[in-house]
Amino acid sequence: MSPLKIKKGATSHSAYDLRPTFSDKEERHTLAVLVENEPGVLSRVIGLFAGRGYNIDSLTVAEVDHLGHRSRITIVTTGTPQTIVQIKAQLGRFVDVHKVNDLTVEGPSVERELALFKVHGTGEHRIEAIRLADIFRANVVDSTLESFVFEITGTSEKIDAFAELMQPLGLKEIARTGVAALSRGSVA
Amino acid sequence: MTKTMTGAKMVVQALIDQGVDTVFGYPGGAVLPIYDEIFQQNSIKHVLVRHEQGAVHAAEGYARSTGKPGVALVTSGPGATNAVTGLTDALMDSIPIIVLTGQVPTFMIGSDAFQECDTVGITRPCTKHNWLVKETDKLSAIMHEAFHIATSGRPGPVVIDIPKDVQFATGKYTEARQVETHYNPQVKGDMEMITELAEAMEKAKRPVFYTGGGVINSGPAASQLLRELVAETGFPITSTLMGLGCYPASGENWLGMLGMHGLYEANMAMHDCDLMINIGARFDDRITGRLDAFSPGSTKAHIDIDASSINKVIKVDIPILGDVAHVLEDLLNVWKSRGRKTNKEAVQKWWHQINEWRKIDCLKYTQKGKVIKPQYALSRLQELTKNHDRYICTEVGQHQMWAAQYLDFEDPNRWMTSGGLGTMGYGFPASIGVQMGNPDALVINVAGEASWLMNMQELGTAMQYKLPVKQFILNNERLGMVRQWQELLHGERYSSSWSESLPDFVKLAEAFGAKGILCSDPDDLDDAIMEMLNHDGPVLFDCLVEKHENCFPMIPSGKPHNEMLLGEGADTANAIKSDGAVMV
Repeated sequence: MSPLKIKKGATSHSAYDLRPTFSDKEERHTLAVLVENEPGVLSRVIGLFAGRGYNIDSLTVAEVDHLGHRSRITIVTTGTPQTIVQIKAQLGRFVDVHKVNDLTVEGPSVERELALFKVHGTGEHRIEAIRLADIFRANVVDSTLESFVFEITGTSEKIDAFAELMQPLGLKEIARTGVAALSRGSVA
Repeated sequence: MTKTMTGAKMVVQALIDQGVDTVFGYPGGAVLPIYDEIFQQNSIKHVLVRHEQGAVHAAEGYARSTGKPGVALVTSGPGATNAVTGLTDALMDSIPIIVLTGQVPTFMIGSDAFQECDTVGITRPCTKHNWLVKETDKLSAIMHEAFHIATSGRPGPVVIDIPKDVQFATGKYTEARQVETHYNPQVKGDMEMITELAEAMEKAKRPVFYTGGGVINSGPAASQLLRELVAETGFPITSTLMGLGCYPASGENWLGMLGMHGLYEANMAMHDCDLMINIGARFDDRITGRLDAFSPGSTKAHIDIDASSINKVIKVDIPILGDVAHVLEDLLNVWKSRGRKTNKEAVQKWWHQINEWRKIDCLKYTQKGKVIKPQYALSRLQELTKNHDRYICTEVGQHQMWAAQYLDFEDPNRWMTSGGLGTMGYGFPASIGVQMGNPDALVINVAGEASWLMNMQELGTAMQYKLPVKQFILNNERLGMVRQWQELLHGERYSSSWSESLPDFVKLAEAFGAKGILCSDPDDLDDAIMEMLNHDGPVLFDCLVEKHENCFPMIPSGKPHNEMLLGEGADTANAIKSDGAVMV
């Protein structure tokens, strides 16, 4: 049996795709979801995205308040405005979800991601790699005679750009944390 | 003073404290300690079903007919997986039920133990919330919170998975009043929005109330307030399948059910209205038909307790987040304080138009010859039972739609049908739950022979507990709705849609010790129905009906409301185009 060829960028379609959308324009939103730190919460959130066909571009989760038993899930998602509103409403329904904030629309926010890069190379490549790392304010956290591990913090775009530059210089492996985000200003 | 007791005892104690009088269940290894506690008390009646799916549907029937949460108790592994259909059904129809599942002991979880399954994992997408209880000390608090969550906000099913060692161990019992919860959905609507709706109602020329299951779920007060609002305004009202009974069928403003098999006048009113007031309905695809042609010229208001239902598929102009009863109370107050103004002249013209549509008489049928038409069977059932306080359950398919069309519902909580999930096999166990909750009432399950067979084992339960549930089977020896769709859009190729090797239903009834009645002649129908009603015990009524009757009116999939197929003489050729055929 031969496997089916899936077109690049193809998504599954159902009858429900016949519905009109209020706007076809896809937007990227960063959602901060404060949840009860209980087993199963993350699975519930991910299951919602899988079950209802929403996108997850990035997902970060960790406990943020040990005594209060709270975790923060940061999700970067893309969808039409209508879909984004649905996602927020669906997340808000969960019993374990305390708060859903859309950092993209609720005023200015900062987003950061941390990434580790393993770059392998000697000679000119090695020198160029460390020069670029300096420009990007990446730190060397491990070094051998043929390799570096760089640590870099910044927006996803900055990390993408760094990855692109490292590619010809012997990039072997990347580990990224996904986006962490907070609103700017004094109000929590 | 804190009480200490075993986990199993806590389960029973918490059920008693929550006012539970009936539990539907089936024992097994992982729930033996709880069954041992049930054995040693008299406050809670346990109904032994014959299959766990039956237990969950029975709990649903109990909940929908009494307004109290239903409770089911099943064992681990297959007990839990058999409950999944019922849980999904309850989630789709927003029915508050608490399902307790046994689990292998905590120290065996994850070891592929006998009758182990990942119950909370499997049921996570089909419950409103679920818990795996790992400490006996937390069990009673979770039990109390479960009742709160199942019944508040948009109701739904919850699962509590209780490992066997947690049932055996001793712990502290927490009283309900000591439990803290942050789950507190908003019930009061925004007053500005409510005022905006009142303003829109004052100006409306062609208004319609579009009501749904949310009115029923909001409790009897919501139905009462709705009736007052309809009387105050004089606006026409229609309802979804789920909302039947929230406004009486005998009420003068009643248009009948709307949707795919709804009444012509109801669907036309929805299409042509200039103000649509959605109260506790969710713009389901059975209601809207083709979305881009759905009620094109109307301002839409939507009252719903679930924010995710608002603006999900239809863009709403006046969204009101809140509980139906709370919002209607405020709306009525605003309406009255502003002087009860309507555009009388325009609304009168609107009624004139509606009365023209009514003249189409879309439920017309002709009973002739010696074969019973299903519509006739239900019309007679309606006539002969209308003076009873009557509870109707259904299975899923043509008979369900005919029941919705030809039976009249005067009050809420009298109509139990699987709307969202469309679960064949729902009605019979649901009728058992209804009868348990309403021992003196007349409970009828309108069924098709194929649906009924899906949970026929529950005849044993009905007999054991002497539940006089009437199973009114419209037997066309076909999967009627499947057959109808195959006729309309699959070139009359009737692939696997007939019921072969059917049992002799009278003998089947007798094999369980129940009464069976066979009726095939329209002239005998009234007497046979009376015989069913007068029998004190479960009855299996095998009503042989016209085999190729189609269910009309019908909005073919992919079509808007104003392109309905009507009954007698409907032109069904090419009714559904290829883009509509992909829809279910």
